[in-house]
Amino acid sequence: MTDNWVEVAKVADIPPLLARVVKTKHGDIALFHAGDGQIYALDNKCPHQGGPLSEGIVHDCRVACPLHNWVIDLKTGEATGPDEGKTRTYEVKVEDGRVFLKL
Amino acid sequence: MSRERLVVIGNGMAGVRAVEEVLKADEQRYAITIIGDEPYENYNRILLSPVLAGENTIEDIILNSAEWYAENGIELIKGVAATRIDRVRREVELADGRRVAYDKLIIATGSKPFMLPVPGNDLDGVIGFRDIADVETMLEAARKYDKAVVIGGGLLGLEAANGLMKNGMDVTVVHLMETLMERQLDATAGEMLRKSLEERGMTFVMPAKTTELLGDDKGRVRAVKLEDGREIEADLVVMAAGIVPNVQLAKEAGIHCERGIVVNDYLMTFDPRIHAVGECVQHRGVCYGLVAPLYEQARVLANHLAGSGWMAYEGSVTSTKLKVTGIDLFSAGDFLGGPETEEIVMQDARGGIYKKLVLRDDRLVGAVLYGDTMDGTWYFQLIKDGTDISDIRGKLLFGQAHLGDSGHGEEAAVANLPDEAEICGCNGVCKGEIVAAIKEQGLFTLEDVRAHTKASASCGSCTGLVEALLAHTLGGDYSATPSEKPMCGCTDHTHDQVRAAIVENGLKSIAEVMRFMEWKTPNGCASCRPALNYYLLCAWPGEYVDDRASRFINERAHGNIQKDGTYSVVPRMFGGVTTPDELRAIADVAEKYNAREVKVTGGQRIDLFGITKEDLPKIWADLAKAGMVSGHAYGKALRTVKTCVGSQWCRFGTQDSTGLGIRLEQLTWGSWMPHKFKMGVSGCPRNCAEATIKDFGVVCVDSGYELHVGGNGGIKVRVTDLIAKVETEEEVLGWAGAFIQLYRETAHYLERTAPWIERKGLSWVKEQLEDEQRRKELFERFRHSQKFAQHDPWSELAEKDDPIFRPVAELA
Repeated sequence: MTDNWVEVAKVADIPPLLARVVKTKHGDIALFHAGDGQIYALDNKCPHQGGPLSEGIVHDCRVACPLHNWVIDLKTGEATGPDEGKTRTYEVKVEDGRVFLKL
Repeated sequence: MSRERLVVIGNGMAGVRAVEEVLKADEQRYAITIIGDEPYENYNRILLSPVLAGENTIEDIILNSAEWYAENGIELIKGVAATRIDRVRREVELADGRRVAYDKLIIATGSKPFMLPVPGNDLDGVIGFRDIADVETMLEAARKYDKAVVIGGGLLGLEAANGLMKNGMDVTVVHLMETLMERQLDATAGEMLRKSLEERGMTFVMPAKTTELLGDDKGRVRAVKLEDGREIEADLVVMAAGIVPNVQLAKEAGIHCERGIVVNDYLMTFDPRIHAVGECVQHRGVCYGLVAPLYEQARVLANHLAGSGWMAYEGSVTSTKLKVTGIDLFSAGDFLGGPETEEIVMQDARGGIYKKLVLRDDRLVGAVLYGDTMDGTWYFQLIKDGTDISDIRGKLLFGQAHLGDSGHGEEAAVANLPDEAEICGCNGVCKGEIVAAIKEQGLFTLEDVRAHTKASASCGSCTGLVEALLAHTLGGDYSATPSEKPMCGCTDHTHDQVRAAIVENGLKSIAEVMRFMEWKTPNGCASCRPALNYYLLCAWPGEYVDDRASRFINERAHGNIQKDGTYSVVPRMFGGVTTPDELRAIADVAEKYNAREVKVTGGQRIDLFGITKEDLPKIWADLAKAGMVSGHAYGKALRTVKTCVGSQWCRFGTQDSTGLGIRLEQLTWGSWMPHKFKMGVSGCPRNCAEATIKDFGVVCVDSGYELHVGGNGGIKVRVTDLIAKVETEEEVLGWAGAFIQLYRETAHYLERTAPWIERKGLSWVKEQLEDEQRRKELFERFRHSQKFAQHDPWSELAEKDDPIFRPVAELA
């Protein structure tokens, strides 16, 4: 895949502290509207057992996986606390309320 | 911006714990220096006895590694004593001449062994039992010499004596009093302890007063001389006749000291820049020598140093456990009792078991256990909580396992389990792993264990077991999680405090609660937000707007998320009754949306598995057309009302149980609860609907209806308690609504009725409901909230066609 910016959503599509899913050929990407007001993009897969992170509870810049409550840092994709694991993150930019993903 | 300088004198458990708490509360506020005169990092002083006995090594008991100090930017000055506090210049002088300036100072100098003021107490081979150096001296003495005398038959003395004996020494304990451990045990237990230690080869001389220590020509101790003239040979004398708060530095600096450094409820000394914490402290006239109180003090102190300043330390109830392998002994509270107390006693001299419980006004105030200490933690909790035990008085002595059990009463079993026994069934964590984590990583709290092992981090039903393991592994040092625990790491407030504040201060949104109660995190966590959402919903029906971002996914998507990310769909079947039309509609949607499995649930309805999130609104719309509503099978809400066929068909039926079940479900469906809530109605005492393991169960009899509450199936079955017998269906509905509302208003989020009733007491619940006026008020409040709750979320969402159920984009 060549690196290019793709428009995927409007900020208004993603309610605060919730997430939406972008379907791609290579699997789902979750867009989070985090506690700091920023949008973050991660593979929609918990590093633990693949749980859909987009369905977790978002707090600050973290999300708690809905399956077993692993807490993933939205900025780095890394599991926090004593858990170890990392979910792939994607670069995001927002222009005029439009959300672009670098794919 | 330069940070304030926080200096701690004392690198022991209390001082470092205070620092940990300060960092937790405010990481940035202080530049921290810790001064310790021992050449080690902070270690677990309480585990010195097992080190002496050869059961642990020094590395095992280090609590904070050098890396920890470095990572947290703490300057550790170790192996150097602080010699003076200069309050005018706000500096601490060190033995090597350095001076360390402070803005805030914590004195955590601990205590020192009380050295008997007798001639010869400065001879070689006379030591206390306080630090690693003392242990090393003892171990060396054990290699070179044979005979040891321990002066003092208290906790510390007996642990020292046991350790020395394990190292091959011939040990005599000289004790001033008639019985051993008289501050922790009554005479009976003390005598039993003495016998079993004697069987292990320990010698006791008691009561006996030491008058002099005799030395040899090289200045080493050779014997202990008693008041009656006897001399006992000794190559090593360990003074364990008590501890004295180490107040010298404070005293010399002019800070008010009595027995300890006098502090107020905020752990502040006479000088407002100087706080003190730990064994050196005297609070409300009491000096503590056990770890749990010190930890409570550390938390309060940190709360003030971080500028929050609302917590107060009000003293602690303490418990003791002797760490001599093979001897089980526990005591707590006022175990001696007095004229206004009663005792419940069990004594089996041959079996080596003795239990004494001291009661005052239907509350447990003290306990001594010997031989069987399994229930120690439970009794301790009852003492601390001041729980009214009149409901369980008859079973109290036999332990928690003999009570109706709500899934967290298995303490009795935990010590006997093998290492490979699975404790946490959700995350597959065994006892051995938990115990190893507690020991190796120095874990002290339930939260620590959850974070490191995942045990009890999912459904939480093994929480009691994990707490029991902590207590068992750490002995008296486990700062038993207070039952009044903070909601989560985001706040220091308890569930009850938060609920009260919401109502009293008219707080109407999660953000308002967090602002008002000074939440430590910007928007909470996955644990507190759903709880707050529920509390607000319950407090302000019709007014509070549900915050879906604070709902677990199941309640947000109104379906149960399965491990492959699909959902299950369960339409409501009132009282378990359905029709051919409904069944046809269910069969149709099952086919149309490719349900991968169709299953009849235990709650008398039908579950469709494998539905994708995108299809949920469509399947709901179809079901709504057939007149069906959500079964809330995914929610902390009213689930099902299970019924048997009752008098309409059954030859044994005494009442119309099916009809009553339908009415109950029509009254209560849609209600959000602290946890899931199930009901059952059986048409006769044969109880085919299993009503006596439901949160609210009705058993019909010829003369009316028996009402039962607080049951659950699950990991540990709890059978209901009978709370009333009524004559009409109307009364059943009245009691049900009132009971539910009482539960909704006073239970903690995620607390089922069974543990709620055990926490509040069955008598309390009865008292509330038997009062007709109060019962009616509760029922009215329930009815009012139902006005806003009885809307089918499925048809509403289907109609709204909320895009959140669909992907926001699909990339080719």
